[in-house]
Amino acid sequence: MTLSKQAKHDFDAAPWSGKTKRYDIVKEGSVAVAFVAIAAIVLSLLMGSPDEAPLTFKGWAVSNADNFYVTAVQELAGTSGSATYGGPYNKASDGLNVGPLWLQKWAGVTHPVDTVNEFVIAPLSTQVMSTEIASALATWKAAAESQKHTWATAYDDAITKAEGKLSDVAPGAYGPVPALAKGLTDMAKGGALDAALLSQGGFFQTDNTKQILFFGDGSYLDDAGTEANLQGGTWGMMNETGRYPGQAWLWLYSFWYQIPPFNNEESAPIGANADAYIMVLMGLLSLGLILIPVIPGVKSLPMRIPIHRGIWRQYYDANGIKRRKK
Amino acid sequence: MSEMWTAKLRNKWQKNLPIEKLLPDDQPAYVVSWIYVFGVLTLAALAVIIFSGIILAFEGPAWYHISDSGLFVNSLHFWSVQMFFVFMVVHLWGKYWMAAWRGDRFRTWATGAIAFVASIATAFTGYLVQTNFDSQWISFEAKDGFNSMGIGAFFNVTNLGQMLLLHVAFLPLILGVLTVIHVLMVRRRGVVPPIDAIPTLSEVGR
Amino acid sequence: MTGWISDFMNHPATYLKTGWLQISVSNLIVIVLMLIIFALAILVPFPKDKEGHK
Repeated sequence: MTLSKQAKHDFDAAPWSGKTKRYDIVKEGSVAVAFVAIAAIVLSLLMGSPDEAPLTFKGWAVSNADNFYVTAVQELAGTSGSATYGGPYNKASDGLNVGPLWLQKWAGVTHPVDTVNEFVIAPLSTQVMSTEIASALATWKAAAESQKHTWATAYDDAITKAEGKLSDVAPGAYGPVPALAKGLTDMAKGGALDAALLSQGGFFQTDNTKQILFFGDGSYLDDAGTEANLQGGTWGMMNETGRYPGQAWLWLYSFWYQIPPFNNEESAPIGANADAYIMVLMGLLSLGLILIPVIPGVKSLPMRIPIHRGIWRQYYDANGIKRRKK
Repeated sequence: MSEMWTAKLRNKWQKNLPIEKLLPDDQPAYVVSWIYVFGVLTLAALAVIIFSGIILAFEGPAWYHISDSGLFVNSLHFWSVQMFFVFMVVHLWGKYWMAAWRGDRFRTWATGAIAFVASIATAFTGYLVQTNFDSQWISFEAKDGFNSMGIGAFFNVTNLGQMLLLHVAFLPLILGVLTVIHVLMVRRRGVVPPIDAIPTLSEVGR
Repeated sequence: MTGWISDFMNHPATYLKTGWLQISVSNLIVIVLMLIIFALAILVPFPKDKEGHK
């Protein structure tokens, strides 16, 4: 006997009037909690949890002083990743867009970051300085904005021309920039930059934006990410440090970054704006998950692929309900 | 005089969620499959997450780096999160293949799916407040996605203070509310009958 | 306490790669475990219980 769609719906919606069995909901909940608690304790005793120490500016400057130095110059020249990022840090770029939607730009500069002063000049100024640095700072602060920019970009260009090899950089009119970069590198090596960047603005600080942005401008953080296999282009979003399980539930979000056009930054408009397109895509797919009950094809698949026959085997056998034909 | 709001609410509650439905001692005879335990296992994992999380909250986010017992509690939190997602996804798979949204249960499905997304968001903020290398990396990478959508203007993943408060206070509250509504919906409508269940035969076997 | 095998756990993971697919052994174990759990949940018989009251 086949019911009409409406009759089936009414039957499914109505309170169950058929056979019941004993059920102890409180006992079930208690057993479940005990089971999970014991499993968590055993897993914790066995494997602990991941905790790789955070990177420091000291670590960066000590292990790769040249890269730190070059990054410091880029911050002064306004050519670093942070300095050219766009919203919400500055207006240097329009950021990413999805078609006519320039959400990154429209959201505005709500977390202004001035790489020149906040990353270099202010930290240096907090220190007890050598006469060389004090003099370089004084020269910098007394110069016109355009002069500062000229010095810094000239030096940045010269370093780029020398392909990052500081010993090959041609002499030129770089003003106090080399001394400032050296001063900051020495400050980082000594460990003072970590604290100076954090404490800008006061005694209590809980915002690490400046440090993270500065870190990302060089190769230290990036290299560490590559070594830990956390890069987005190699499914890194799913991974954890060490041998610990990561975030398998991010498989679909991570997937898009592996395939064209998303995995090619040069490919406009999608590859160049991959982060934005993938965010929109995942938003739509999440909505799709919520709306599965109303999506034709998807909502009827469970009826066509009878995994439910295994789940309700006892009921079907007890009531002689055969598999539906077709 | 129109009916009091309180009376209206009470009567509606009594009608839809009487105590017998909230704390039942029987259930339909077709609820005999191991797939049915994954909902309660997900809730149980959430309970262990919250319990271990409260201890971590009391000791502060840097405690587990310098204390053995802190690392143990952090491990409890980590593994209960892993189990939470495993159980929740198996529960989701089960509910999909059972087409559990049938019979006016769309909202049960929807609140569950939204809770899944909310869980990911809550876990995400958790990863950001580990105060270790992983947090540094994740915040640096994740900022790009949020910034591209303009969300980064008010949701700053590199701001430890904001992420910590969201992870400990706001998001668990949202998730808690979603979970409670989801479970109440299950209690209200009952467990969905089997696909192809036949009404007249439901009397058989008494 | 640090875990009994946390020395083992705190080493770089092994990755299985084929083409653009790449997964850590740990994640693969979790995913395979989930599939096995799901299959068992459907296939393993549930103990029959006493009659309920109406």
